Amino acid sequence: MIDVAVVAYAARQQPVFDENEIEMMAPVIEDVRVATGLGPDDLDFTCSGSSDFLAGAAFSFVMTVDATRPVPPIVESHVEMDGAWALYEAWVKLQLGEAKTALIYGYGKSSPGSLRDVLATQLDPYAAGPLKADAFGIAGLQARYMLDAGDVTEARMAEIAARSMASAESNPLSIRKGTRRVEELLAEPYLHDPLRAHDVPARADGGAAVILATREVAERVCERPAWVRGIDHRMDIHHLGARDPRRAPSAAIAAQALAVTADKIDVAELDAPFTHQEALLATELGLDSEATTINPSGGSLCGHVMMGAGLTRIGEAAARIHRGEADRAVAHATSGPWLQQNLVAVMEG
Amino acid sequence: MAKERCAVIGVGQTKYQSTRGDVSIAGLVREAALRALADAALEWDDIDAIVIGKAPDFFEGVMMPEIVLGEALGGVGKPVLRVHTAGSVGGSTAIVASTLVESGIHARVLALGFEKQSESNAMWALSLPQAFQTSINAGAGGYFAPIIRRYMAMSAAPELVGCLVAFKDRQHALANPYAHLHQPDLTFDQVVESPMLWDPIRYSETCPSSDGACAVVLASEAAAAVAPNPVAWIDATAMRSEANNFGGRNMVNPAASSMCVADLYAKAGITEPRREIDVVEMYVPFSWYEPMWLESLGFAEKGEGWRLVEDGTTRLGGALPVNTSGGVLSSNPIGASGMVRFAEAALQVRGMAGEHQVDGATRALGHAYGGGAQYFAMWIVSAAA
Repeated sequence: MIDVAVVAYAARQQPVFDENEIEMMAPVIEDVRVATGLGPDDLDFTCSGSSDFLAGAAFSFVMTVDATRPVPPIVESHVEMDGAWALYEAWVKLQLGEAKTALIYGYGKSSPGSLRDVLATQLDPYAAGPLKADAFGIAGLQARYMLDAGDVTEARMAEIAARSMASAESNPLSIRKGTRRVEELLAEPYLHDPLRAHDVPARADGGAAVILATREVAERVCERPAWVRGIDHRMDIHHLGARDPRRAPSAAIAAQALAVTADKIDVAELDAPFTHQEALLATELGLDSEATTINPSGGSLCGHVMMGAGLTRIGEAAARIHRGEADRAVAHATSGPWLQQNLVAVMEG
Repeated sequence: MAKERCAVIGVGQTKYQSTRGDVSIAGLVREAALRALADAALEWDDIDAIVIGKAPDFFEGVMMPEIVLGEALGGVGKPVLRVHTAGSVGGSTAIVASTLVESGIHARVLALGFEKQSESNAMWALSLPQAFQTSINAGAGGYFAPIIRRYMAMSAAPELVGCLVAFKDRQHALANPYAHLHQPDLTFDQVVESPMLWDPIRYSETCPSSDGACAVVLASEAAAAVAPNPVAWIDATAMRSEANNFGGRNMVNPAASSMCVADLYAKAGITEPRREIDVVEMYVPFSWYEPMWLESLGFAEKGEGWRLVEDGTTRLGGALPVNTSGGVLSSNPIGASGMVRFAEAALQVRGMAGEHQVDGATRALGHAYGGGAQYFAMWIVSAAA
């Protein structure tokens, strides 16, 4: 295995960007280049993650690639997935030994539509799709299963929300933040029974960019690189009727493959858009809530960029290592209803 | 760590046609995957990871359909990646899959490209109004027609070269059971007389809209050693992308293409492509792109590519057969079309191309492009390890 590290991370997110995707992403890409001193000519590979369904345009990433200033042309690829999987593709590319550096970005501008309804088009188009069950409704069903089984309580969900919002205070990108008491949150009405407003993600436009580098470059451009010790990603079955909504076996397989629990984890950034999903993921990954700080950034709950949230988690976890606030961190990304597809990365200082 | 060698040990395709109303999207991709597995004598459990490629999700109306399709491809509990690099995606998907093997991470990877255009409407999907942009509402043909006219002016190529390409590829398609268009009675005159759609592109010089899927099984050296059928070794791969809004672009011979070709040949140790490559499967959705890519790929001098069409060099039986499968002009399941080129190149060097086999082919080029000729993916495969 070739040593590869996250050497820079930058992100933008706000409820609405009155800019196109190129304008929205160019400053983020510029930020990671400035942070490392690596210009377009120094970056051997570029990979991005986005969705045509958010842009409302076929081949939308073909436009956004201009944000990298690809003149002359670049070695580049794109996944129609969260940017975390673009980072995986880039990490594999660096493992070939043919590239030393990679720029990765993931972004989504979901404000022009209703994201929760757009996500209904992810369902299988023959059986579930025509029901037009929206993302909050489907997540609510999962929460209901977990509540009925005693996996979580509404109070526990509110605790997760309160802790996340408190953590989000120190994150300038946060969309939702503040000091809220659990009793106060529980007094709020249901948005989608059993979900209250604090249980669902704070949707945002924006994106994240990360630079990966092999040892030779990493040690030159970054004081404390976040070494990627491993990345694994797995998929579960799609069909809701064939799933156990209380489980995400793919997350557990990925965590086990990486021996996540073999050593102390200082920080875990989990891509849990809904409060109950953080509880579910902590169990699947085998996290010890006493030893590990979960979502110190406020997590996807307090600022959720569709197609960028997972890469943001990787960037936030890496940034803690960069700043010397953590020695070993776990980052997670998810895709699909009920946490269907999961990616786990382990990084060390 | 030395790079692992990677081989194509299985290829599977569906019959390309306008509408595969008899199968779901999952059924379509599964059909191609099962054929690729059968070719490689493998079961679902033997596959370590899956890479799915397709063009815009609007073509079926399912957002990120890999989430739905993973199960049909045996992907539950496995890594599943979804690539989208515009029209070049089929090629890029195979290349991303090859890196999973070459890096030593996986031993056997299934790469699959598909499109089920009949589920939606491609012309609509490509014409959605865009914020901050003027819509030309002209489809792909309207975009490429001025570029082709520019090539015709620069090369002073005879006006009917495009018709020659279209007629040749439709004849080639007759020898490929999977090809969408089988037109045994088509004459050259009918091609010439077909309606002008986007001057200078006639109806018969365009690709059809197809439903279809194509899969390849890629394997490490150890896994390839036990494959029952001949394998195709991947000598080199290359990808390049260029800007969308850049006034300095050479649209006829894009810089991304030239750079991709140079990178590819350097990696494969090719210095004389005409002599060293036996057969080419290139992405030609509009007839004139054959002479244009012949030049960009170094098979002809600038402005001379059309001569290889006119003198029959690129026909099956010629010195440099191009698209003996019938090419994109005879079948266009968009998200799979690039992979079909890569897979057909592999079939040629495996000696398994059937009626459209080029005798003694040992080295082949697979080529795909996408966007406004901005995205390029290519590979060289050979029979020798």
